[in-house]
Amino acid sequence: MSQDTLFDKVWDLHKVSSLPGGSDQIFIGLHLIHEVTSPQAFGALKDKKLKVKFPDRTVATVDHIVPTDNQSRPFKDNLAEQMIETLEKNCLENKIRFFNIGSGNQGIVHVVAPELGLTQPGMTIACGDSHTSTHGAFGSIAFGIGTSQVRDVLATQTLAMNKLKVRQIWCENKLSKGVYAKDLILHIINILGVKAGVGFAYEFAGPAINELSMEERMTICNMSIEGGARCGYINPDEKTFSYIKNKLCAPKNEHWDKALRWWKTLKSDGNSIYDDVIKLDASKVEPTVTWGITPGQSISINQQIPLLDDLSPNDKLVAKEAYEYMSFKPGQLIKDTPVDVCFIGSCTNGRISDLRVAAKVLEGKKVSKNVKAFAVPGSEKVANEAKQEGIDQIFKDSGFQWREPGCSMCLAMNSDKLIGNQVSASSSNRNFKGRQGSPSGRTLLMSPAMVAAAAINGKVSDVREFIN
Amino acid sequence: MKSEFTPPIGKISNINGQCISLIGDDIDTDRIIPARFLKCVNFDSLGESVFEDDRKTLKGKHPFDLEENKKASILIVNSNFGCGSSREHAPQALMRWGIKAIIGESFADIFYSNCIAIGIPCLTLPKKVIDEIQNYCCTRFLFLEIDLKNSLAKSKDLNFNLEIKESSRKMFLSGEWDATSTLLDNKNLIENKFNQLPYIKFNTNLL
Repeated sequence: MSQDTLFDKVWDLHKVSSLPGGSDQIFIGLHLIHEVTSPQAFGALKDKKLKVKFPDRTVATVDHIVPTDNQSRPFKDNLAEQMIETLEKNCLENKIRFFNIGSGNQGIVHVVAPELGLTQPGMTIACGDSHTSTHGAFGSIAFGIGTSQVRDVLATQTLAMNKLKVRQIWCENKLSKGVYAKDLILHIINILGVKAGVGFAYEFAGPAINELSMEERMTICNMSIEGGARCGYINPDEKTFSYIKNKLCAPKNEHWDKALRWWKTLKSDGNSIYDDVIKLDASKVEPTVTWGITPGQSISINQQIPLLDDLSPNDKLVAKEAYEYMSFKPGQLIKDTPVDVCFIGSCTNGRISDLRVAAKVLEGKKVSKNVKAFAVPGSEKVANEAKQEGIDQIFKDSGFQWREPGCSMCLAMNSDKLIGNQVSASSSNRNFKGRQGSPSGRTLLMSPAMVAAAAINGKVSDVREFIN
Repeated sequence: MKSEFTPPIGKISNINGQCISLIGDDIDTDRIIPARFLKCVNFDSLGESVFEDDRKTLKGKHPFDLEENKKASILIVNSNFGCGSSREHAPQALMRWGIKAIIGESFADIFYSNCIAIGIPCLTLPKKVIDEIQNYCCTRFLFLEIDLKNSLAKSKDLNFNLEIKESSRKMFLSGEWDATSTLLDNKNLIENKFNQLPYIKFNTNLL
């Protein structure tokens, strides 16, 4: 059993009690909600005649269902309108802070909370969304929950949970040029598999992780869940602290000094004991693209789609399903696969640094005429920053559509969807069957820079050929 | 579609029913209930949309469409079932279709907690045994009696010891899987914890 890791320290600090069945009751320091997984929770609260216990510890925004072309109200989609109205009403009735469209702070919940300084080291953070693991980038313990658990957090600010085991993933050296955090996490999931993280929290550590910016660290932790780990985190350091400093909800003045002193005590250290440790060499990672129907089915840009015989017995069943669904032949190269749609956005890669990197690739170039390309900033703040830097213009000049913030085609709950069996090059996090809105749509996950390169060439390309 | 849906309440110790086998690893929650069905403010109508896209693709041959499975209530799956999105809509859709328990090689973490929270026991068995059950289901009806107290499953031809996390087993037997009231019992401890946490005092703006 792990001891003295950041995970252990934060878990123990938040433990309220041992429950009769043997699980722990854990206090949730920050609860984030959105329109999709909260309405039934508020409904259940009403049914049980309960109130929100600490309304100040819940923050809401709207992201999954918002249109990205025209956000004027009422939304064209009646169901989407009903969902945003329900959230507005629930927040108002329960005195919950809500960052609505036009507030300047609306956006994808996992983009918004860090940029407001809500996400801080040492907190427990829960949200009815599996990508809540994103917030672990700050040394918080953050995980996704379902709607009944949203109800429990609203009613009690606590959850019944079994403590997770801790696996350290130590990344040596540093990433090469043209290789990004997205490539690293896809590579890690490929090596460990999509179910290796079940029952674990992942601690990402080592020189390659230290080297990453906060936004890149968020990309890494965001996709922990794609490796089966409900929670992923990185020990906080000077980069973490300077990112948070002066953010709207960051501690101020003497509180800042106190916070900083406490945050510095949280790290895993030489005394930490892990349930498991994995080491890998980050300098060996190359631009990585998924070819199948799980985020674990990825290869380097110059590799061939694996042959059935090259796969372990446990991976064969899903591989067969993937060849068929994706219409790929074993042994085929992934490079030069034609793409129909290019999507840059999502809680994985919809932040300003992602847009900057993609803009660098796009500058002075044109999107292939066979490709529909669109960029969806992760938040209103990201959109404003991009406008100030002229990044939106670079995207538009290249032929990309520039949209309003939201989750968009990551999960296609709004009108941004693939049609038929279109192939998308996507900076999002899931390549599941039907994920991007068409039951036969095909998704290739890659870094935003790689999506930009694919958009220009109209086919899967090696971004390193653009930046040298 | 099944007739009247009644959600489980209270203690859950025995589940008896016909098995339905669904073969495949890493079956994600997007497949169990595609995102477009998440546009709702209650779970009521999800049962009919469970596995919608997979079922359409298989044109009536999906296990959830086969006449002989219409009354099934124990789902037999392979590994990492329910991976991906945290949507509780997935187990809610399965439950509203008629599923009362799931036996599989392994389950994704969030899906597993969602199942506990709504009263669906998820039990595990080694791959070999799951394969055996799924093969059996291909040719014959399999009615199982699940006994959570003794972690056993019995049928006419097959018997096996089921595995379930001890904390989950206890929660089903005591009825505490519906956790809200148990959590609320510790009202004072929650208040104390709130007052002890260092960061509650740091953050004066908004929080």
